[in-house]
Parts: sequence; structure tokens; C-alpha cells
Amino acid sequence: MDYHSPANFAEASALAASATGITRFLAGGTDVLVQLRSELVTPDTLIDVKKIEGVSDIIRNADGSWTIGVAATGAEMSEHPELGGDWPGVVEAMDLIGSTQVQGRATLTGNLCNGSPAADSVPAMVAAGVTVTVTGPDGDREVAVEDIPTGPGKTSLAKGELVSAVNIPARGDNGGDAYLRFIPRTEMDIAVVGVGVNLRLDGDTVTEARVSLGAVAPTVLLVEDCAKAIVGSTLGDAALDALAAAAFAACNPIDDKRGTIAFRTEVAGVLAKRAAKIAYARAKGEQA
Amino acid sequence: MSKFHVSTNVNGDSVEYLCDPRETLLDCLRDKLNLTGAKEGCGTGDCGACSVSVDGRLVCSCLMLGVEAEGKQIETVEGIADGDVLHPLQQKFIEHAALQCGICTPGILVAAKSLLEKNPNPTEEEARYWLAGNLCRCTGYDKIIRAVMETAEELREAS
Ligand SMILES: Cc1cc2nc3c(=O)[nH]c(=O)nc-3n(C[C@H](O)[C@H](O)[C@H](O)COP(=O)(O)OP(=O)(O)OC[C@H]3O[C@@H](n4cnc5c(N)ncnc54)[C@H](O)[C@@H]3O)c2cc1C
Ligand code: FES
Ligand code: FES
Repeated sequence: MDYHSPANFAEASALAASATGITRFLAGGTDVLVQLRSELVTPDTLIDVKKIEGVSDIIRNADGSWTIGVAATGAEMSEHPELGGDWPGVVEAMDLIGSTQVQGRATLTGNLCNGSPAADSVPAMVAAGVTVTVTGPDGDREVAVEDIPTGPGKTSLAKGELVSAVNIPARGDNGGDAYLRFIPRTEMDIAVVGVGVNLRLDGDTVTEARVSLGAVAPTVLLVEDCAKAIVGSTLGDAALDALAAAAFAACNPIDDKRGTIAFRTEVAGVLAKRAAKIAYARAKGEQA
Repeated sequence: MSKFHVSTNVNGDSVEYLCDPRETLLDCLRDKLNLTGAKEGCGTGDCGACSVSVDGRLVCSCLMLGVEAEGKQIETVEGIADGDVLHPLQQKFIEHAALQCGICTPGILVAAKSLLEKNPNPTEEEARYWLAGNLCRCTGYDKIIRAVMETAEELREAS
């Protein structure tokens, strides 16, 4: 295994483009090292992105949008004085990952690029409308988070491409987001279902919404029917039931020891309702 | 396979070692620096027996490569006592019999010290969540939590 620690993204991309065999990028390493130690994946080339300048930065831009460095950790996101005020759902989803020790290392980018359908931060990012900047041999492109995973452990990133920044939109007025997951224990487990909801209100009425489901299909889903079910409503019982029905219909989960197909599908509806209520309360400026 | 030369700082001492890029920080601490306090319980980030702090941040040393330690400040359980004088946490662990086989203890001490540095007045719930990544198969956790809560109280009174 060759280890490289390039000084910028162009160099990282060039290293990856010319590498042969299996290449991995090293952010927090909480997936890469586990796979290495359990001999699931032994990379031939490992490219550590943490020596690149600015990769741990969490920046609020002049227009209110956020740029999160590819090595900024869950702990750094939770400790940030303002990020959680704008995007509590994204921050709480990241904070659910692993233990204190894992939080000290794990990143949004690693969670996304590992390609797990159960990755906790991904539904929250999809709901929030997050994009990533992808740097490759031909320069940079901006890609929606939902277009990165293509199946378990697979992404749409081409050889030589890597994520160089995570871009969270400006929160704007009267908006709120939330992420909830179901796990069989209270800590340290993999999501059986995860739901991210992000919405905006005009008075009491939902005017915009994005709803994303995790762990119920080979990739995290952006479910437009869920959004349609609540846009135009004041999130009354009928809208919530329609939301749950749309979540139910979108599920295509697996049966495993953590949850059966019937259970996952049922829970997706229940969690979608709860997450929507929290996002709604947050959009109204209430504590939730 | 080319080896990497790493210069780092462990418990205040400058140290150097040569390592293969596949070796974890835990391997390097134990096999190259003979600091065997950190234990390998699982090697996959689940048990916390390998906990150390890196630049003030609690991490699993089994989930970090030895090469990544270049230029860092690392603290292990070996640095907790002041010479022969035990750290208050170590003293309380003994008083409360908060250990049996002791495999989890170095990791829990490092993790608990890091908690009290960040939050000198944790609630019991906060302490339990903070330590959720430190597994103990012997004690049932209660004695550990009591030792940590009592140390926190004493340290607050002393300061
Ligand atoms: C004990 C434990 C508990 C966990 N619990 C959870 C949990 O509850 N929920 C959850 O979702 N996950 C969990 N995880 C998995 C893991 O912690 C997360 O997926 C984490 O966010 C990965 O981030 P990382 O920075 O450590 O990634 P790394 O391990 O550094 O990288 C992961 C993948 O991303 C790729 N990558 C990294 N950076 C880039 C880049 N800039 N461009 C392109 N590709 C890149 C790597 O090549 C690799 O394939 C857990 C892991 C452990 C060890
Ligand atoms: S040995 Fe590192 S967490 Fe278990
Ligand atoms: S004392 Fe044996 S594992 Fe904790």
C-alpha cells in the first residue's frame, strides 16, 4: 500500500488518476481503516486529504451558504457555534455517527463516499439540498449529494475524481430541517431506517419541502411524492398520513437481522411524520 | 515496501519511529514505543480500549494510521499519572472497584479524562453517552460512572 499526503486537490486528483489497482482517499479513516483491518479492502494507493490547506474549515459565506471542508469532523460540526442553528438536521445526523471517538474523526464526505445506503448524514444532506464540489483531471464540477451514491459501496465519482468541498445552501427565512433514525439500540448501531426532512413555510403553510429516506433501498432516496404530500398543507393529519403513505410506497428495503421489510416500511412512515413535525416546529422558530 | 519516518510527541516526549503505512497508531504505540496501555479489543472502532487523545481530541488509535501521527500531540494512559501520584480518576477507579479484568480501563480513563476537560460538570446521562464507545464486559458500567461522577465533583470542589 502506497501512502500519499498531497498538498492540494489537483495533486490528489492526479495521484488518483495515475494510480493502478484499488485507490482510497483517507479522511477520518473510520470506514477505510475498518475495511483495511478486516481485510475487506486493502487499497494499493491511499491518498490522505488531511494535509490539504483548509480541509477542516467550516465557513459561512457572505450569502449565508456554508462550505464544509472534506476533513471537518462530526465533533467540529457539533461544536460550531452557528452551523447547528441554521441546519440542526444535518448536524444531528452527523452527530449520530458512532461514539465520541468516531466523532473526533468521521466526516460528511467520508460518510457520503463510502456509499452505505444506511449512512446517517446522507438523507439529511439530500433533504437540505447539499451539493459537493468534485475535483477531477478536467477541473471542478458541482454535484447534488443524491447523485453521488449509485449502489451499496458505489459512487458516480470517476477515476481521478474526489470531493473537494461540501456546499450547504443558505438557510433563508422560515425554514427548518430534521433527521431521525431508528436503530435497535440507543447508541452505536446502523440505521434500520433514516429520514431527513427540510421545509419552508409561508405563515403556517408549507411552501417547499424535500424528504429523503435512508436504509430502505440500495441508495439513499429523495422522495418527491413525500414532498408533494405536505407542500400546500399546514401539516395537519391528512397531510401527515399522505406523507407516511408516500414514504411507505417508496421503500424497497432488505430483510436482515436489524429489521424485516414490513418493519422497515412501517417505521419509514412513522419517522417521516415525526421528522416533518420537528422540521415544521423549527421553521416556526420553536424549540424542537 | 517503503517505511515512513514519523516524528511525533507522546505524553510530552518527542519520539520517532519507522512504520509501514498499513500499521495503525495503536500498533506503533504498542510495538514500537512499548506503550502497551492502549489495548486492542476489536480493531474496528467499536470497543474504545485503544482510546488516546490526538491534539486534544479523543480518538480510537486503531482507526488512525501510524503515519498520520506526524507532528501531532498524543496522550495515552501512561501520561495520566504524575510520576507515582495517581490522577484523581485512577484513584477513584480503585476506590470504587471500577475495574475487574482491566482491559477496558486504560481506554476508559483516557476517555473520562477527556470528558472532564471538556465538561467539568457532566450529568450522568452526558457521562454515559460520552463513554458509550467504551465497552466493558465485566463491571456493568455502574461503578465506572460513579467513579467518574465523583471525580468530577472532587475536581470541581478543588478548583
Ligand atoms: C464504531 C463505528 C460506528 C459507526 N457508526 C456509524 C453510524 O451510526 N452511522 C453511519 O452512517 N456511519 C457509521 N460509521 C461509519 C463511518 O464512521 C462513517 O461513514 C464516517 O462518516 C466516514 O467518514 P470518514 O471521514 O472516517 O471516512 P473515511 O474512512 O476516511 O473514507 C470513507 C470512504 O470515503 C472515501 N473518501 C473519503 N474522502 C473522500 C474525498 N474527499 N473524495 C472522494 N472520496 C472520499 C474513501 O475513499 C472511502 O471509500 C461508524 C464507524 C465506526 C467505526
Ligand atoms: S481496539 Fe480500537 S476500538 Fe476496539
Ligand atoms: S473491567 Fe473487564 S472489560 Fe472492563
